[in-house]
Amino acid sequence: MTIDRRTFVMGAAVASLLPALNAFATVAEGTQAVDKILAGQPAKVGRVTLEIPPLVENGNLVTMKVSVQSPMTEADHVRAIHIVAEGNPLPNIVSFFLSPRAGRAAITTRIRLGDSQRVRAIAQMNDGSFWQGDAATLVTLAACTEV
Amino acid sequence: MSKTSRTIVTMPATAKKGEILEIRIIVQHDMESGFRHTETGQRVPRDIIRDFACTYNGVEVFRVELHPAMGANPLIIFTTVATDTGTLEFKWSGDNGYASSTTSTLTVT
Repeated sequence: MTIDRRTFVMGAAVASLLPALNAFATVAEGTQAVDKILAGQPAKVGRVTLEIPPLVENGNLVTMKVSVQSPMTEADHVRAIHIVAEGNPLPNIVSFFLSPRAGRAAITTRIRLGDSQRVRAIAQMNDGSFWQGDAATLVTLAACTEV
Repeated sequence: MSKTSRTIVTMPATAKKGEILEIRIIVQHDMESGFRHTETGQRVPRDIIRDFACTYNGVEVFRVELHPAMGANPLIIFTTVATDTGTLEFKWSGDNGYASSTTSTLTVT
């Protein structure tokens, strides 16, 4: 079988795209990471607020604030907060583990974003239930692109 | 082989019992993601801080698992309730034997 010009060009185009596709996590990988955290349990929407600037100029240092509505008492508190990015090479960004001694479930940190994407925050309560919130952001200069 | 670096902890020195303290911690670290390449095309190996923990009078009150998506010089602002006068210990550990720790004293009235 001979390869005609059209097939060759198409093949080359696909081949050139492959490394780019491999470098970044897909939405499916992000979902997989979320599934691993949830371990088969459902995540209800609400209670979790994730604040990321809607437009990010430099993805290398993005200020992110996550807070969960919770009284933070021994009977009702947040056990963990996981941050997952769907468009980063690795979907897991950071995990915080809290106790009632935190007083308030609000954490600020600085993260890297590889692409314009939806970032998700999943909070695990002490009763084992999960709540989630998300924030969409547009990244002008992505992290991991520099030489 | 053990590496360490500069750390800064910002928190009040005194507090009322039951007050919620805001603690800002920052540690000097490149957080090399492992996705960057040198000019010759060689991959720069991953070198990040993996773990942070804050203990209050020996009891762990806050812990963080860090991944390569944390920005360089990781800054984390978190809270804790002032319970007793004592020391808060902050510990970081990471790749290639990285370890840093610092303590702060808190007077609770």
